Amino acid sequence: MNESISDHNVVVVGGDPGAYKFDGRFHLGEPGKPIKDESGKLCGVTKPRTIVHVHSLGGEAKFFQGIAEEGKLFATQCKNKNCPGFSSIYLPFRIFCPDCLGRMEVVDLTNAAQENARVYTFIVTSRTGAFNTLKTPIRFIDIEIPGVVTILKSYLLGPTNPEIGMRVVPIFKLKNPTYTIKDLAWVPADMARSRLPEEFWF
Amino acid sequence: MFWISINRLWTDHIKEMEGNGLITFSDRQIRVPKLARPVYMISGGMSQFARAFPRKKTEELVIEAFLMMAEILGMSPLELKSYIQAGFYGHFADHFGDQLLGEALIHDRLGLDPLPGMGVKTGGATGGYNMWAAMMAVASGVVDCALAIGWERMDEVPTDEGNNYIACAADRDWETYLGHIYAGYYSPMATRYWEMIAQKDPKFRETLAKIAVKHRGYALHNPFAHGGKMITEEDVLNSPLVANPLRALDCCLMSVGSAGVIFCDEATANEIHKKAPHIVPLRVFIGVGTHTLRAGDRRPMEIPLLPHETLEMYNNYPHRYPGFTSFLATRIACRDAYRMAGIKDPLVDFDLAELHDAFTISDLQSYEDCGFRPYGRGREFVESGDCYLINPHTNLPGRLPTNLSGGLIGCMHAVGATGEMQVVELALHLWGIHGQIHGDSKRWEAFGKEKPEDWLDLSVPDAKCGLGISHAGVGSHVAATILRKEAA
Repeated sequence: MNESISDHNVVVVGGDPGAYKFDGRFHLGEPGKPIKDESGKLCGVTKPRTIVHVHSLGGEAKFFQGIAEEGKLFATQCKNKNCPGFSSIYLPFRIFCPDCLGRMEVVDLTNAAQENARVYTFIVTSRTGAFNTLKTPIRFIDIEIPGVVTILKSYLLGPTNPEIGMRVVPIFKLKNPTYTIKDLAWVPADMARSRLPEEFWF
Repeated sequence: MFWISINRLWTDHIKEMEGNGLITFSDRQIRVPKLARPVYMISGGMSQFARAFPRKKTEELVIEAFLMMAEILGMSPLELKSYIQAGFYGHFADHFGDQLLGEALIHDRLGLDPLPGMGVKTGGATGGYNMWAAMMAVASGVVDCALAIGWERMDEVPTDEGNNYIACAADRDWETYLGHIYAGYYSPMATRYWEMIAQKDPKFRETLAKIAVKHRGYALHNPFAHGGKMITEEDVLNSPLVANPLRALDCCLMSVGSAGVIFCDEATANEIHKKAPHIVPLRVFIGVGTHTLRAGDRRPMEIPLLPHETLEMYNNYPHRYPGFTSFLATRIACRDAYRMAGIKDPLVDFDLAELHDAFTISDLQSYEDCGFRPYGRGREFVESGDCYLINPHTNLPGRLPTNLSGGLIGCMHAVGATGEMQVVELALHLWGIHGQIHGDSKRWEAFGKEKPEDWLDLSVPDAKCGLGISHAGVGSHVAATILRKEAA
């Protein structure tokens, strides 16, 4: 739904080089409106648009279905005995082994994460880019799981702020899932089931 | 634990490692790059940089940069163009400029059709990689003279939408949805470094602030820059929090502008030098490296060594490498560039450097990756005063002044042009015209600025060799460019 252009002005202010002054939710404004400087001289024109992208999840769909519908945290493992990376486990999920380029096998890491996942590093931020839908302040955490050769970026919910080394467990947005990485979040390991955020389950 | 062995192939010191998971390289893969013939930089130029240019199209900024290249040589644009046989173009994001195939448009506007032209895109390292492509074209003999020029148009969307676009340079499925902001990927690095390497020392946060003060301060004397500001460490520490521990003044600018260079072979360099005797051809050596787009995908490994380092230096290094505290791509790029140029010790061999200070923490991480200090001790490069033009502790010249342009924090980060801007700045010092170009009152006036009454000439006296680090994402691509003035 486009809002009225009267709510969305763009003007040029200042001398040379000057600056744009955006007013309102610009990306919802109308196209073809002139942008003028303070003297009324034409500088540009508005070009907002809404574009729908349809995105293939391909071989990673298993992971996203796992967090959105099954409450499972899937990773992948190289099972090629001739590969120097044999048995390495990857989360984020990789479809192909980066060493031998063989298709890897899906492994269920839910229990391992529940038992051993820890915060490698973190931040707490209220600043986001456009189109963010996570509630601020967001507590981003990077998670190490023993036996996994990589580190997973995600976010922490619940009342506690993260710390390096903190034990955390995965939770899944099984109600109204988005089928994106936002369906996976984490809470402190000692969090009671009754205190889980709305729409999330262990 | 998964280990990748590199030093056993790159040094004589073979360290046997146990267990599965060694990534091994063939000798062919890790050979030091060799140019088939020498490559020289013969000119460079920049437009003014600003947060927005509502009254100028991108092509106007690119041509402004090109005109400076001709001006430096005392040539007409037409004469300079007569040497160019191919154009290499870089802009980071089609989204920002709302223009796909912008390379073709700029090639046309420069009047270089139907000569060869191509685009290069490697995020924040677009400039460095663009010059790498031009260097390879000249070194191979495909062309004798190439233009490499970059730009970015970051002013046509509101800042939060710009942040969203930049965050699309993370993994869109696994990271971009998480906040849609790039500081969200650098702040965890700063947190990890501060807590685990700096052991939560509050003074470490002050060291980061010193970097921001230095770069914004240097930018005050650069007419091309748009982030110059006289600030104190306290100002940095009190600036709005972006993502703890990084604050607004720790972060780079979002800019619009263009910068470019001309690379050529020896014969062309000598011919141009005869017409412009004040411009000495500079030897060009560029090494490049890559690493995973997602920082979390970086498997632990040995520290690859630079020529002046030994394995013993890191026998007791207790941290996961590269983890979130180091950039392997920078280390690999330096490893190649140093060996190509015969750099033995960067602190001794370089007279100045321009590093990728997208955030104060990335500047500090780069000191270690480039070998200015061993891993874990990068802060000493600032605290010792080595990184300043004039060491504040001794009042003597700093050992290796960095980011005298103001860097990305003080001068600009018009992403596709940043790598070229760094190298143009280095070249101005090496040519001995940095003070003349930056101090030109007419240039300040043309940019709509007043030259500061206390303007300082930040030229490095008798500079002969410089390093530029062009860096993408959280270290997915890095180009290390070395410029060296050869003995007459």
